Amino acid sequence: MSGTINIDGKTVPYRDGQTIMDAAIAAGIYIPHLCHKPGFTPHGSCKLCTVKVNGRNCSACTFPAADGQVVINTSDELLQDRRRITQMLFVEGNHFCPSCEKSGNCQLQGVAYHLNMLDNHFPHFYADRRVDASHPDIMIDHNRCIFCNLCVRASREKDRKNVFDIAGRGINKRLIVNSVSGTLKDSAISVDDCAAHICPTGAILIKRSAYRLPIGQRTYDQRQISDVALSGEVEHGQD
Amino acid sequence: MRTFLQALLTKTQFQPVRLLTILRAVQAEFRHIPSSAVDILAEALQISRTQILAVAEFYSFLHLTPQGRYAVLFSDSITDRMLDQQNLLHYAAKRWNVAIGEVRADGMVSLHTTSCTGLCDQGPAALINGIAIANLNRPKIDLIAELIERQAPLAQWPASLFAVNDNLYKAGLLLKSSLDSGAAIRAACAHDRAEVFSELERSGLRGRGGAGFKTALKWRYCAEEVSDRHYVVCNADEGEPGTFKDRVLLNSFADQVFEGMTVCAFLIGARQGFLYLRAEYEFLHSKLEAVLERRRQAGLLGNNILNKAFDFDIEIRLGAGAYICGEESALIESLEGKPGIPRNRPPYPVSSGYLQKPTVVNNVETFLAAAQIVVRGADWFNVQGTEKSPGSKILSVSGDCLRPGIYEYPFGTPVRQILNDCGARDVLGVQVGGPSGTFISNRELGRCLAFEDLPTGGSFIVFDNSRNILQITQNFIHFFAHESCGFCTPCRVGTSLLKQQLDKIVEGHGSAGDVAELESLCRLVKQYSHCGLGQTAANPILSTLQRYPDVYQAQLKRISYEPGFDLDGALAVARRMANRDDAAAHLSQVEE
Repeated sequence: MSGTINIDGKTVPYRDGQTIMDAAIAAGIYIPHLCHKPGFTPHGSCKLCTVKVNGRNCSACTFPAADGQVVINTSDELLQDRRRITQMLFVEGNHFCPSCEKSGNCQLQGVAYHLNMLDNHFPHFYADRRVDASHPDIMIDHNRCIFCNLCVRASREKDRKNVFDIAGRGINKRLIVNSVSGTLKDSAISVDDCAAHICPTGAILIKRSAYRLPIGQRTYDQRQISDVALSGEVEHGQD
Repeated sequence: MRTFLQALLTKTQFQPVRLLTILRAVQAEFRHIPSSAVDILAEALQISRTQILAVAEFYSFLHLTPQGRYAVLFSDSITDRMLDQQNLLHYAAKRWNVAIGEVRADGMVSLHTTSCTGLCDQGPAALINGIAIANLNRPKIDLIAELIERQAPLAQWPASLFAVNDNLYKAGLLLKSSLDSGAAIRAACAHDRAEVFSELERSGLRGRGGAGFKTALKWRYCAEEVSDRHYVVCNADEGEPGTFKDRVLLNSFADQVFEGMTVCAFLIGARQGFLYLRAEYEFLHSKLEAVLERRRQAGLLGNNILNKAFDFDIEIRLGAGAYICGEESALIESLEGKPGIPRNRPPYPVSSGYLQKPTVVNNVETFLAAAQIVVRGADWFNVQGTEKSPGSKILSVSGDCLRPGIYEYPFGTPVRQILNDCGARDVLGVQVGGPSGTFISNRELGRCLAFEDLPTGGSFIVFDNSRNILQITQNFIHFFAHESCGFCTPCRVGTSLLKQQLDKIVEGHGSAGDVAELESLCRLVKQYSHCGLGQTAANPILSTLQRYPDVYQAQLKRISYEPGFDLDGALAVARRMANRDDAAAHLSQVEE
């Protein structure tokens, strides 16, 4: 079964089982997102991909496409609200773009560029989060984790290792590592794992790879995140 | 420890879906969940230790560090606060020699607060090792101090300490009439399933949890799903502050609730049902188990019920302190031994619920009503109520009134009548439907209880003119920020920002721009959150801002901008380190 939906006035075909996000990407339409990545079970938590479906707000990455849906993806209101949601992610953790080694390759930053985010708007939480640099090749800076769950899914679904999980509730959520000591060095992760490279921010970093490419010449320094996403996502956040 | 865990695992049949039950038992035994227990459980259940930690850290009543041998949680609902809870809490801390939020050095007692415990008609309330104590006062706190010092086991404490009353003041359609055990099952079996469905449909019964989905439709959708297994779940996780009607229904009308579940099982073809009981109602657990056992003995549960070749049984699963588990898909996740995070929908539970099988989730009151409708018919039921809200509604009335307790009214009853009946005077306003519902002012008392006007899951909190609107709102907003599961950005960050922003205004640091910012934040959290919690978390602010803009205005400074933090205070550490305190080491806030 298949049919068409309408996104911002454009008729877009879909196949049964596709979400609005799937159909949009296939049609070359970018819907901002952070917790979503094609090929992984959709999560629907960052809410950046919220679109209006027949007048109702829905997460494009989880909501099934259905014949005749009228979807609004680009409106002043959605743009403004997505900017606010992105700002929420910035104030929740501790993000220092100018000094972060992921700068220019960071999807959070890329989305912020795309949404023309010029300040953080909200008061900062100044969360007290630690850094796990115990592993010889990989480090986690919890200050930059946005709880997108991609590393959790990647480790489970691609690496078959189950290295990560998200614990806690509300604003006290935290990324935890599956090892008796709770640190990365005692976990099953290896530097070749998908989970080590999937982080859309600078929370999970590969050691000794920083600044190999100078800031200014990196992915989102050169291209809009929308272009990168639509060209297959593979280039996202290259280390 | 290994022996204890082995016995526990055997009893729970090594099922990871029973993880919450297992962790509750570990917590009860060791006063926390020791790291070594996590390792043993992970291995035995063949799940990752992170999965266990994620659950342990999600639920308020589970801890990774030791709690007191007597772990006390003071209920922190607005009604508890109205009944002098704050003073009593400090008195208890002094009397028991423990700091609020801490464990006493000798490990004997710990003292914390918790969200509403469902005893708003007899607060202030507390839980001691999970068991409820109502009507707290100084003599009781003194008595508890003695019992703690004597290290008396809870089982030897005077039973009077644990007395909980029904306070049923007004019985209507449902509570007035009783059913013989098995009557509804017999009535259902005597007819064709289609006939029972159409009778339920004709009754117009809508779910009593608050959302009001048509019950017959939900059951029919579930029944029509092709599957090897179907489930019935009774949602007894009434966590909405100010709601306690399910506590009374389970205490005194449990047979009818189980009867309703059994009828549902018969109609949808389920063999297994669950009563998901909120942790705060642990004191009802053994009593409910006894009711189930009696029903099994009477042939109303188990195999071959009433010789009708129909098998069905009910298991009670306790929660562990998380308001969000009242959301049906979060409840299902919790039943599966996971953190209570609401699922993405579709699919809905009727097609993919517990273990991805078709599942009916209904409120306690809904099952009670359904059982009676099956026996007495649709006409008996919908002769009361309004066109869109047939039948009656059971209310938990609390706050400033002479007779807080349970009242049952036909839908369409005006708020004024309820206030008269419960003895409320000098009313400022009423919170209908709990914090997630609506605050109505004393100019709106002609409004009616009904899905078409004021829908409610059953919470009805009365405030008189001595109360402070902003403090009430603050309590509710703190509640939502505390109970947000944290899954989605707008709710996780948004409810905490709402709390900060409202606190800034209430504490006198707000200016006109801060109210505008608060409103825009409310809209954002409401429109973009993943589930009902976030979508309603801003309601207390929105409904009070709309009705009492002057109260907010009076709280504001007359400057255009006031920072949210104390600039000079932030320099205190630097001053101490530099060992100076001269005028130049201070900064003035903002030119006034």
